[in-house]
Amino acid sequence: MDFILTYHRYSERSILIEWPQDIDENILEDIMLFKNYLEGLGLKSIVDIISAYNSMLIIYNEAIDNINDAFLTLKRYYIKRKLGQSQTSRLWQIPVCYDESFGWDLQEISNKNMLSKGDLVRLHCQAIYRVYFIGFLPGFLYLGGLNGRLHFPRKKTPRKRIEKGAVAIGGNQTGIYPNESPAGWHVIGNCPLKLFCPSNAKPCFAKPGDRVQFYQVSKDEHQKICTAAEAGNFYIKHGVVDD
Amino acid sequence: MIEIIKSGLYDSIQDLGRMGVRQFGVPVSGVMDVYCAKLANALLDNDEESALLEFNWQGPQLKFHLDTYISISGANCNPSLNVKPIKNNQRIRIRPGDVLTFGKCDMGFRGYIAVAGGFQSDKVMGSRSMYKHVTDKPVLLKGDMLQAKPCLNLNIVSRVSIKVPKSHFRSKYLDVMPGIEFGKLSKAVQKMLFQQKFTVANASNRMAYQCNETVENDLQSIITTLVLPGTVQLTPSGELMILMRDCQTTGGYPRIFQLSESSINRLAQKKTGDEFRFKMVNKF
Repeated sequence: MDFILTYHRYSERSILIEWPQDIDENILEDIMLFKNYLEGLGLKSIVDIISAYNSMLIIYNEAIDNINDAFLTLKRYYIKRKLGQSQTSRLWQIPVCYDESFGWDLQEISNKNMLSKGDLVRLHCQAIYRVYFIGFLPGFLYLGGLNGRLHFPRKKTPRKRIEKGAVAIGGNQTGIYPNESPAGWHVIGNCPLKLFCPSNAKPCFAKPGDRVQFYQVSKDEHQKICTAAEAGNFYIKHGVVDD
Repeated sequence: MIEIIKSGLYDSIQDLGRMGVRQFGVPVSGVMDVYCAKLANALLDNDEESALLEFNWQGPQLKFHLDTYISISGANCNPSLNVKPIKNNQRIRIRPGDVLTFGKCDMGFRGYIAVAGGFQSDKVMGSRSMYKHVTDKPVLLKGDMLQAKPCLNLNIVSRVSIKVPKSHFRSKYLDVMPGIEFGKLSKAVQKMLFQQKFTVANASNRMAYQCNETVENDLQSIITTLVLPGTVQLTPSGELMILMRDCQTTGGYPRIFQLSESSINRLAQKKTGDEFRFKMVNKF
């Protein structure tokens, strides 16, 4: 599927490419295709490429002299994007403990959305979420695919601090906070994994395009996984997905 | 080794930041004022990527336990070596036992101390720049011992002194180009943004500079998108957030301007209460 893209100069050394303003898996896949193709070219002039829901930012190592030439070159690459090597996408199984001691806002969501806590957890674990990009905090995955019955507005006043691993809902999104942070989302559980390891060659387990599913663990299991993950001894179950 | 006898305000080790890791949600970080930091390194013939100590308004007190050279650039905080005044932007010979102190800040806000060969802290994700949850520590504290390479040539006679144009610290203009959502603002708001004088708010830090003035805003938040240092965001309540080196990689507020690289450096030298205006330029 081809999209009509718009090209903007973003700064002296960067160009922003925009896709239509929707949150859509087809757009995600097209961005990934283009990004992989560009990365595969190994151009020395490009220092960084980042993407979000419907945009990609290309950062060059020097100021862009002729912006129209740069746009034209990128447009030619976009046409060729399908020639790039396709990336393997994975489905990751992520443990979450929905115990009351972690799920500070479970009761509130349960009341207001008229769902039992059991149904809430079941719906949260049923969906397969798509990783759109990583942003906001180091290792924070932007996940799409939250069941409509779990949508819940952000807090009017953000909490000053939530715990590392907090699993939360904000609007139509769900996510895991890799580290303690102020947070405007409602917390429903906690994930015992280490989600961001700066010293690893792969600092985050997942990449954009991957999929994530949650499974419920008890407080005891949460503690055990936490200890194993800290020691680097926890294997995150995953499988390869054929797109 | 170099010992921190007394810390300044949020002293940290910084280099030119982390490249290629924004895809993991990791900020670029790095020195706030790249221009002055490069100057400090150049005075010592260091690579431009060498790590420096960045301080804010109040410099730290350092005790040196080695023979080396240092240079100081950026904010002028009246430095002294063993109580004897020394100057910014010069190569300075250091002997074991020397103590570096700072006085009142006369000009600018961010200062840099470079050491021959650069500070040798551990690199994380390709950089020594301190950042919470990436490096072990977010800031330097009293008692910290900093490593530096032994300096091989201690007989360099250099009388070079570089003058930094005062406009780098005093210019009230920040050069901007239109941000991606600038065109969505009403003509009246667009015009007003260039007429109004803004002042730096107290809440400003390495992540973002904020302003005391607000702007009328009828733009809604946008789908979470990409931002860079120098991006000016407009919040629903009309506050301006000028993103700096430690900014997040993504954001959901409309992006109304992008600062030029040199304007980011100039803004990094402004402190609470300082005034500035935006100036649209066709080409940076």
